[in-house]
Amino acid sequence: MPGFDTRMLAKHGGLIALAVLLLINIAITPNFLQLQTLFVNISQVATIAIVAVGMTLVIATAGIDLSVGAVMAVAGALAPLIFLSEFAQAYPTLGLAASIIVPILVALLCGLFNGVLVAYLGVQPIIATLIFFISGRGIAQVLTNGNLQTFAHPGFSYIGTGKILGLPFQGWLVVVIAIVFWYIVNRTLFGRRILAVGGNERAAKLTGTPVRRVKTGVYVISAGLSGIAGLIVVAINSASDAARIGNLMELDAIASAVVGGTLLMGGKAPIFGAVLGAVIIQLVKYTLLANGVADEVALIAKAGIIVLAVYVQQGRKE
Amino acid sequence: MQPLLKMQGINKSFAGVAALTSAELEIAPGEVHAVIGQNGAGKSTLIKILTGVYRKDSGDIAFEDKPWNALSPRESQDNGIATIYQELSLVPLRSVTENVIMGYEPRTRFGLIDWKAAHKRTREILADFGVDIDVTQPLGNYSTAIQQLTAIARAVSLNSRLVIMDEPTSSLDDREVETLFGVVRGLKARGVSVIYISHFLDELFQICDRATIMRDGQRVAVREIASTTKLGLIADMLGRDPEEISAAGMTDLGGGTHEAGELLLEATNLHTDRNLRDVSVSVHKGEIVGLGGLLGSGRTEAARAIFAMDKLRNGTVATHRNPAGFRDPAEAIRGGIGFLTEDRKAEGIVPEMSVRENMTLALMPRLVRNGAIDRAKEEEIVKKFVDALGIKLASIEQPIRELSGGNQQKVLLARWLALEPDLLILDEPTRGVDVGAKFEIQSIIREYVEKGVGVLLISSEFEELVEGADRIVVLQDGKSVSELQNPGITEESLIGAIARSHDGPGKGAAA
Repeated sequence: MPGFDTRMLAKHGGLIALAVLLLINIAITPNFLQLQTLFVNISQVATIAIVAVGMTLVIATAGIDLSVGAVMAVAGALAPLIFLSEFAQAYPTLGLAASIIVPILVALLCGLFNGVLVAYLGVQPIIATLIFFISGRGIAQVLTNGNLQTFAHPGFSYIGTGKILGLPFQGWLVVVIAIVFWYIVNRTLFGRRILAVGGNERAAKLTGTPVRRVKTGVYVISAGLSGIAGLIVVAINSASDAARIGNLMELDAIASAVVGGTLLMGGKAPIFGAVLGAVIIQLVKYTLLANGVADEVALIAKAGIIVLAVYVQQGRKE
Repeated sequence: MQPLLKMQGINKSFAGVAALTSAELEIAPGEVHAVIGQNGAGKSTLIKILTGVYRKDSGDIAFEDKPWNALSPRESQDNGIATIYQELSLVPLRSVTENVIMGYEPRTRFGLIDWKAAHKRTREILADFGVDIDVTQPLGNYSTAIQQLTAIARAVSLNSRLVIMDEPTSSLDDREVETLFGVVRGLKARGVSVIYISHFLDELFQICDRATIMRDGQRVAVREIASTTKLGLIADMLGRDPEEISAAGMTDLGGGTHEAGELLLEATNLHTDRNLRDVSVSVHKGEIVGLGGLLGSGRTEAARAIFAMDKLRNGTVATHRNPAGFRDPAEAIRGGIGFLTEDRKAEGIVPEMSVRENMTLALMPRLVRNGAIDRAKEEEIVKKFVDALGIKLASIEQPIRELSGGNQQKVLLARWLALEPDLLILDEPTRGVDVGAKFEIQSIIREYVEKGVGVLLISSEFEELVEGADRIVVLQDGKSVSELQNPGITEESLIGAIARSHDGPGKGAAA
């Protein structure tokens, strides 16, 4: 009995879930079919989706990255520090560029730290990234003395509030990132190597794959994407609160990847699946909140989705 | 006499491809019954249906005159059918005891595991096999042979009426094989039936009563072992005429007929750890050099050292292109060396990846055009090798795990052949592969050797070494002790050379 059903579900489960969610919302959520609803959802889902793409690559190597939320906080805390500095007041363009580039560079360095721990020192990924998960947010708060930084900076805020062809900038960014990484995974040497390392590390090594560099690479990418997501969050809010940026993002990102069909034991990297997973998780959250269900309940619903996704994955393996 | 087991009209297909069509199997009480056939003939599928790993599409199974419908391996074990799989399914990091009693732990009255009883029971079970080891140590500390006997001990300890052994001797040495045969005869004497699956036909003549021969998902013959011959069985398996096979010879490597060319590899005094202490070997163009020796003599370790998988503590590796050796496998591959691993499952295939992706894994860096993999070129190469090596598959996009062992091995061989290597290191290239695929693999190797490729061949089968290699370097306890030159090597002279070098008692359990 379940053979056919689960295979169908596994293949199209994400799309079916999306369709069901949309129908439910159209039926019960007030004002769902408004442009405003679309904007809100796109701007909120973008950060999850961007981080989920990086997480998918890490999980594809049979790793995990718990530090994404903390990296977002560091990047998000740095940006206002830079564009509110005297240097940036003196040279606005250069300051704006620096406030985007420097946080991303710092994020990449965080990823390098994770990658070296995992790939060269052989630390278990969950422990290696736990280090930054704990310390990263602390670093971000030290940077800002624990203060909430508010600002009005139209140039910087564009990455969170700007629109292209009437749709939020970060929505387009997700599309671009997803396409780029889909291409990397499916068409490049690096992508094939990611899947080989996750699929059978010893076989990968024996065929000349630079396993350690590949592993380091995915943590660097994951951190870089987290940095971008951190900047977007700050830009949306016109405020930077190091204690809250990217809070619990690691869970949303892992959940999106799993719902999207990524196997936790590695060897698969469905990039568009992860984006779809992020959309589903965002829609569930939105559905419940828009219908007056408490945030706490929304968390339980999210857990339910993960359980379902894992169940469907199990079915597929047989 | 009523059969113990009767399987009739079993059908099974995977994704539309028939693996079994109306397959049959009948086992009498207390008989040792061989099931043989080429890879992909359906042996494993039939057994897995019996033990509940797969579900049959249709057909009837009766065990002890009752309808048999094992829904899980556990249930079939509880009902008297125990299985020892080809690939060991044990937990290397847990103790020997835990592996033996797993799932059937003796309990104290508080419901905790009674370790004292468990260790004692394990020691007793293993003692029946002539194995005396510290059962509290992790299983992974012991040799593959000990691990294999542990798996068998586990299955036999469950009071089964039918024991299924799938390639039980593939990692045992002669003495251990004798122990195993003793166990099989013991089981038979107690009225337990044994289904014995093996590619080593010699073994069948030693312990089996009857054989079911399968081909293309069907039973093609049932033979009394006493009234048949090895050639007869091979003819049944391949569906060919015995005369024709007899004329072709038993192996297809045919070494010893060629003048050696330019020197490709010169490895001297290789030393990595206690398993590889002092081995020297050289390979020339168009030459097959065998590494002979018993399990644990350092054959695989020597190959790994040459391929830069393990760090050298002493000694040198020099090839005609890289006089200073290699720092890692990637460099060795760029230097024109391929290494077919003996452990197909753990180090060879990437199970979730397609045949195409598996085959081009080592070749990939050369397929990159403008930063991306040249898919058209990739598919062209893969298709070429699928045709040339006769790899049976539904599509090159099929996950490799769905292929039979022999076809997986061909894909892995193609992985290295596609690199157009100067030197191929082949570690047990025909292990766990049926007779037909074995001939094919051997003749593919020979074809490449004739084109000038040098081969370093490791094989536990003396026959393959003796008939295939131009020279054999004999290893013992991690040292190269002598060298034999073809023509002129016989199985007896090889065994003699190995035996001569065994002057001390030093052969330990660790491989």
